[in-house]
Amino acid sequence: MTIKPPVSDFATDWDHTDPQWVNDPYPIWEDLRTRCPVAHTDRYGGAWFPATHAGVSAVANDTEHFTSRTVVLGNGRPMEDALPAPIGVAPPITSDPPFHQIARRLILPAFAPGPINALEPMIRQLCNDLLDRVVGRGVINGGSDYAQFIPPAVIKRMLGFPEADEDLFREFVHIVLEGIDLPVEERIEQFAPIEEYFRIQIEDHQAHPRNDLTTFLLNAEILGEKLSIEHVFGTMVLILVAGIDTTWSALGASLWHLAKNPDDLARLVNEPDLMPFAIEEFLRFYAPVTMARLVKEDMEYLGCPMKQDDWILLGFPAANRDPEVFERADEFIIDRRENRHLAFGLGIHRCAGSNLARLELRVAIEEFIRRYPRFTLADPAQVTWAQGQVRGPRSLPLRVA
Amino acid sequence: MKVFIDAQRCQGHGRCFSLAPSVFGFDELGNGHVLGDGVVEGESLALARLAEANCPEHAISIGES
Ligand code: HEM
Repeated sequence: MTIKPPVSDFATDWDHTDPQWVNDPYPIWEDLRTRCPVAHTDRYGGAWFPATHAGVSAVANDTEHFTSRTVVLGNGRPMEDALPAPIGVAPPITSDPPFHQIARRLILPAFAPGPINALEPMIRQLCNDLLDRVVGRGVINGGSDYAQFIPPAVIKRMLGFPEADEDLFREFVHIVLEGIDLPVEERIEQFAPIEEYFRIQIEDHQAHPRNDLTTFLLNAEILGEKLSIEHVFGTMVLILVAGIDTTWSALGASLWHLAKNPDDLARLVNEPDLMPFAIEEFLRFYAPVTMARLVKEDMEYLGCPMKQDDWILLGFPAANRDPEVFERADEFIIDRRENRHLAFGLGIHRCAGSNLARLELRVAIEEFIRRYPRFTLADPAQVTWAQGQVRGPRSLPLRVA
Repeated sequence: MKVFIDAQRCQGHGRCFSLAPSVFGFDELGNGHVLGDGVVEGESLALARLAEANCPEHAISIGES
């Protein structure tokens, strides 16, 4: 990996992979909000970072001036062999209007409350099985013993993938989300095993259709025509990538918070009615996901001279801490009743998996605190945070007895 | 009072029907809609207000019935 110069000033030279940003971005964003409020960097070929709720909302809702062609910021620009706009490599997240709506409508029914709520008993069982495996231990890892297993197991089931492949999924997700500093050629090389895996799954489903999302996508039609195999592949990869690290990160951050704040933990244990509000406050305060856009054409926007193909990093987590919109924005308030947070984005790309993510979060926290109504951080120094556009604790040693 | 959802703005965040299931329902895509005639009072008005204050898209409004 290339060694990069340290950031001198986040307003003019920001880098979301800088250790300071990775470990504790909130003071940086607060400073940017008062100083800029749109920060710039020449890194990654030129990129902007609006630090306010207003700036993030404006860009998220403006599909005329910004494209979602790629949403993960990297050194290169979208690969030439990708599907052309407006479809993109991973519909609907990389699609722009008007195609976006078609690709999105296709998958929304699978993620609507009805089918998602039906998964609750399965998720609860899964959580209990995971907790059974570590019974009797004084210290368990909230990440590698618990949180990281839950989303892949659910996604595997929805897509109809083989039982044993969850470790592989996590590896794929990390290649997509965390390998962003590699040169473009190396990145293409890294993607090869992912393509191979999905090709095998698709062939298996073509030969043996079954009742799952993969078969559904293979049979789905747009205007009387089957989806291209690239579309099917892209959507499958999207669901895998979007569904795993995101939810695992949100769950890890929630457990991290409860471990550090015994009063909040006690309230959640004793007042189960707080759960819906607590979940939204976890999502607001520790929003794990940041997404990118590309500028379509040179223009002046939010007072900035933006160039075609400049990146915009959409800091939903930063927007969620903007005091213009949230009272006592920098405080975690477990029973906050008014919470219009943007953890799942805003506008046409609103997270399609938000019902599922909320269900997983709620059930996983409920089962964890039922087993362990009291737990603390075993070793704060060992807690590490993922770098990139999905932020959450990767290692989270918790003392449970 | 009467509660409305602007279907053009709604993106299916699901906050309304989770917070106020007696006032809002959802369709097969997971987008929210108002149940019945949308007339709300007392507790249902309070719930509708809570949903309005939590909708990320500002899609809910409450007006005179
Ligand atoms: C706490 C967990 C999660 C968070 C915080 C989260 C966050 C987000 C955000 C911010 C977006 C908007 C992207 C953009 O504007 O470019 C998004 C899109 C999306 N997410 Fe999630 N996500 C989570 C979990 C999931 C899960 C579990 C799934 C599915 C299994 C999922 C599937 C998707 C899909 C398909 C999109 C694209 C929607 C579109 O472009 O129309 N997400 N997510």
